[in-house]
Amino acid sequence: MEKHTEPVIQTSRGAVTAQTSGLQLFLKRLVQQKVLVLMSVPFLLWLFVFKYVPLWGWLTAFQNFKPHKSFSEQKWVGFDQFKILFSDESFYRILRNTFVMSSIKLVLGFVTAITLAILLNELRNIIFKRVVQTISYLPHFISWVVAASIVTTVLSSEGIINVLFMKLGLIDGPVLWLGKGEYFWGILGITEVWKDVGWNTIIYLAAMSTIDPSQYEAAEIDGANRFQRIWSITLPGLKPVIVILLIMNLGHILEAGFEPQYLLGNGMTADYSDNLEIFVLKWGMEQSNFSLATAAGMFKTVVSFVFLVSANTIAKKMGEARLY
Amino acid sequence: MSKSSAARSRYNSLQDRIFDTLNIIFMLCLVVVTLYPFLNMLAVSLNDANDAVRGGIHVLPRMLTWENYEYVFGEATIFHSMFISGARAVIGTIVSVFCTAMLAYTVSRQEFVLKKFVTIAFIMTMYFSGGLIPNYLLIRDLGMLNTFEVYIIPGLIGVFNMIVIRSFIEGLPEGILESARIDGAGEFITFIRVVLPLTVPALATVSLFVAVGQWNSWFDVFLYNSSNIDLSTLQYELMKILQTTNTSNSSQSAADAFAGAQGGVTAVTPASIRATMTIVASVPIIIVYPFLQKYFVKGMTVGGVKG
Repeated sequence: MEKHTEPVIQTSRGAVTAQTSGLQLFLKRLVQQKVLVLMSVPFLLWLFVFKYVPLWGWLTAFQNFKPHKSFSEQKWVGFDQFKILFSDESFYRILRNTFVMSSIKLVLGFVTAITLAILLNELRNIIFKRVVQTISYLPHFISWVVAASIVTTVLSSEGIINVLFMKLGLIDGPVLWLGKGEYFWGILGITEVWKDVGWNTIIYLAAMSTIDPSQYEAAEIDGANRFQRIWSITLPGLKPVIVILLIMNLGHILEAGFEPQYLLGNGMTADYSDNLEIFVLKWGMEQSNFSLATAAGMFKTVVSFVFLVSANTIAKKMGEARLY
Repeated sequence: MSKSSAARSRYNSLQDRIFDTLNIIFMLCLVVVTLYPFLNMLAVSLNDANDAVRGGIHVLPRMLTWENYEYVFGEATIFHSMFISGARAVIGTIVSVFCTAMLAYTVSRQEFVLKKFVTIAFIMTMYFSGGLIPNYLLIRDLGMLNTFEVYIIPGLIGVFNMIVIRSFIEGLPEGILESARIDGAGEFITFIRVVLPLTVPALATVSLFVAVGQWNSWFDVFLYNSSNIDLSTLQYELMKILQTTNTSNSSQSAADAFAGAQGGVTAVTPASIRATMTIVASVPIIIVYPFLQKYFVKGMTVGGVKG
């Protein structure tokens, strides 16, 4: 690492060369750059306390943790908490919910955002396009609490969905949409699309703006119609972005989100809405079973870490920029 | 010239015009679907609460009244929660953006000996986290439960934001920073006097991300400060109302229960209060975001592509 950066540095700090002993050189430059050090080390300490120290808390997963006891008084139980976790039937239901909700979000999110981006790109009136884009970003900025409040209203017995569906004759009486577990995944998927589809088009529109316009002109002269141009120019132009986003999103597959499930779910839908994070919250904060909750959280982090690192490695191998 | 006019005529074929029309109709539908829920909330919040229970209110109030707003702003708890929400958005954003920018500046200096170490230490944390329970226990052990600081300190630096600012600083012409140093300015002075003013576009982007995040968050209130009503935020108060209406089978029965508890003569219902608070919680964002969206978009594309 030192050797790699050396030639660049010579111009500004000249004096030192790679021949000087590593440690001496390091200390010398540390003193030289004491202001930069003072400007960054406090944040390193912050990082250590708030991001690395909690990893130490993983030890809780191997204890039978009692919050009122000190660390040395805790009882060590080895992998017992994990055994309890993996023999608990509800844990598998929660894993299923987590994967299903993530997959719905992933597939629906990609298809709708790409479609909308292509349709926006085909709009010829730039002002109209801008207005639609601006409006479509709005739901992204509001909180999940506000979004959940809106969804609850829209789906209430007097809400627009029931009114509309009754007028169309699809249902006989008002349906309690949020009271039935079977509907939950669908409602969540649609809500997530409503909230983020506009925002998710940004990256695709940015990618489309880099496609060479002469390709479209050439295609037009060759007599290609709209759909042919979209199919053979726009979509191939988006392919690198789609691939990289897909890989990165697969890395986040265990992070199905927490807020929408927590805010829209209730006792009646728990069998479908509870995911890993709600499981951790329920066991940890409501039942005060810190050890079991930590074990579940640790499971999630470790599996996610493997997914993320592999996703990043694959993306790198494919020669794409990493997305942090 | 002739080529482009030929292309234009093909562009205007019947098929193309049908496509364009359908596309515009689709976009209008999208606009309606996006905006209707907000307009509906607004209408309910401006309508007489007991009348709203009858349903049938869409985008226009039937019995116009300010009563719901008077109630929401008159209720000490709710009003105080708005103040806390505003305070954390302002203080949290200023502190966080300043610290993030300072750190970003140090890791943008090519010659900084800790550059690689600091960058990697921060980026690593994007791949894992201790998780909910260890974080809660840490906050508890640090004595930060039921404090205002818990809204600011644990989330002080966002790694993604640091990358956005760092990329921006690295894109500044090296000559400007060099000349400041030749003038004898130290690193800190250079940062304050030269780098900060030049980085305003990136800082604007990041400030908006942070401010929106601060204004919208409720989970940290729920987790760390739920036993101290003085530190409650608007979103958390709204969330509590949402949970009480959600768990009961219909908003009707909740309204009845609420009216019953208030002696049956109340002018407000949970549904109307919820609609009103939903509007109050989203209005600052609705006002601000259209003017600043270009910064968001810029931040999204800059931070998204550079690693």
